[in-house]
Amino acid sequence: MTPGGPGVSPGSTAPDTVFDPRTPDDGRHLSRRRLVNTAFTGLVFASVVVAAIPLIAIMFYVLKKGGGVISVDFLTKDIPILTRSVGPGMGPAIVGTLLITGTATLMAVPLGILAAVYLNEYGKKNRLATVIRTMSDVMTGVPSIVMGLFIYTVWVLRFGLSGFAGALALACLMLPIVIRSTEEILRLVPDGLREASLALGASRARTIMTVVLPAAISGITSGALLAVARAAGETAPLLFTIGAARKVNQHVFSGANTALSTQIFRNAQQSFAGAQDRAWGAALTLIVLVVLLTVMARVVTKRFAVPLR
Amino acid sequence: MIAPPSTTRPPEVVPVPGAKGPLQGGSRLADRTFRGLCLASGLLVLVVLGLILVSTSNEAMPAFRQEGLRFLTSSTWDPAGGHFGALAFIYGTLVVSAVALVIAVPVSIGLALFISELAPARLRTPVVYLIDLLAAIPSVVYGLWGILVFGPEIAKLYERASSAFDGIPLLGTVVHGSSQKSFMTAGIILAVMITPIVTSISREVFNTVPRDQKEAALGLGATRFEMIRGAVLPYSRTGLVGAVMLGLGRAMGETIAVALVIGSAPAIRAQLFEPGDAMAAVVANQFGEATGTHRAALIGLGVVLFLMTVIVNLVARRVTSRADRRLAGGKR
Repeated sequence: MTPGGPGVSPGSTAPDTVFDPRTPDDGRHLSRRRLVNTAFTGLVFASVVVAAIPLIAIMFYVLKKGGGVISVDFLTKDIPILTRSVGPGMGPAIVGTLLITGTATLMAVPLGILAAVYLNEYGKKNRLATVIRTMSDVMTGVPSIVMGLFIYTVWVLRFGLSGFAGALALACLMLPIVIRSTEEILRLVPDGLREASLALGASRARTIMTVVLPAAISGITSGALLAVARAAGETAPLLFTIGAARKVNQHVFSGANTALSTQIFRNAQQSFAGAQDRAWGAALTLIVLVVLLTVMARVVTKRFAVPLR
Repeated sequence: MIAPPSTTRPPEVVPVPGAKGPLQGGSRLADRTFRGLCLASGLLVLVVLGLILVSTSNEAMPAFRQEGLRFLTSSTWDPAGGHFGALAFIYGTLVVSAVALVIAVPVSIGLALFISELAPARLRTPVVYLIDLLAAIPSVVYGLWGILVFGPEIAKLYERASSAFDGIPLLGTVVHGSSQKSFMTAGIILAVMITPIVTSISREVFNTVPRDQKEAALGLGATRFEMIRGAVLPYSRTGLVGAVMLGLGRAMGETIAVALVIGSAPAIRAQLFEPGDAMAAVVANQFGEATGTHRAALIGLGVVLFLMTVIVNLVARRVTSRADRRLAGGKR
């Protein structure tokens, strides 16, 4: 095949797809082409429907089953000792998710932004920057469970289970996402701004801190929020790093903690209705959290992205 | 975070002759520190990737040493008896990923074509939102839905298909079983989960097709379908291969949803509607109660999975970047 070459490749000689001026385009031929086109359009529309079905089904069940469970008690009370007991709550898991994700954000976002600054402002296209860029893309593809195993081997084996260990694993997942999205935004900042600042005598660092980053801040924020949203829903990196607490543990650095996602995972495997209810309730809470972050990211980009374009 | 460059010159910095200006000389140290910080953060990526490989392989050593190559070639996984062969899990990962790709790729390409070529303007945004939402749902919620709702429902369908195809040589073997948790259930759930990424990359690829080629095709009297087949698809073939491979990488590493719906049976079987197990899933399910060599073997599974996904991702990036370069050249 000659990609980018003249439209239709000579290999495909099916009369219904190649417009050949030598054959008289009689009515039957044209109607057949129209039919193929209609069938194709139908298939494409069908793929939208096919993708919408699971989304609607999942949303429906999470709202229906989770909605009946959510209450003030559910959101605040401790997790029951016996999985078969019926009733609330998920308080410690909510606190844990916020605490662990928050800690991970504090680590991953500043480092990710700095790394992106290196890639776009200093390294540009040199060899090291290219390697880091490729490897950061590769890191995006590292399975989350491997991140969990990694933190288990370097942190948990030495210092034990804690919310911080989970935060480290989440930070590893977030880092490449933040780097990627930040670099893409930095690339959009017009060079004129940098040149103007440098011409006024500002140093590189000052130019970046006072001109480049402020110009890109909305895009950076929205990228970071999307990374946070992804991290908040992760389960695998937390399974062997945070343990399983039943009571609220506000200490990030010490003691077992818990999170909504790991609670859903454990309760979903139980055959007791009480546990399954708690799983649905936790799922609704988690989805609300994640969707809020995603919507916030969209609003931030929409509202503040204007000056760049 | 980082202090703005100070204007008071630190005593140890001697002004270099030929410095370009008074302000630059004053902030040189801060400037260099900042640059160093950025570089260090960039290098962190390489350090973490290196550490992942070193520290996990190190912990997995006891299992690797005990099993040798049998770790990859044996399908006996018997924690109580001390035998650890991962072949069944590797097989499961590949089967489930293949099922997911077969379902997800056509749908994703359809979605991408819909958004970039066919959608009326007012339908485009809702469909983009739909895909964003699919991507935003956490893996564990897919798993929860799969194990409690989807699995029990689809099993009825499995039973019917299974009896319909009974007796037909190849198909009768593959389309067999009626288990709620199976390769097929995991594959379908995975398909939904990788659809967003394959769609968004395919969209990017389609957006690189030069407009004049599409318009030329339409101007010659081609229908939309003929335009897509003749102008869009040949141009984006390489990019689509990259999109599929990235989807494959995602599918192989997906853990929690698969762990919940695959059925946890370390068996190599062709029957898609029967339970199996996959690499990431077995780690998630067994790590909690594993000790000693068993734990080392599970970490070893992580090492193998890490290497597999890194290779798939590197190849995918190479394919797409080659496509990018070609497209950049083709644009003139």
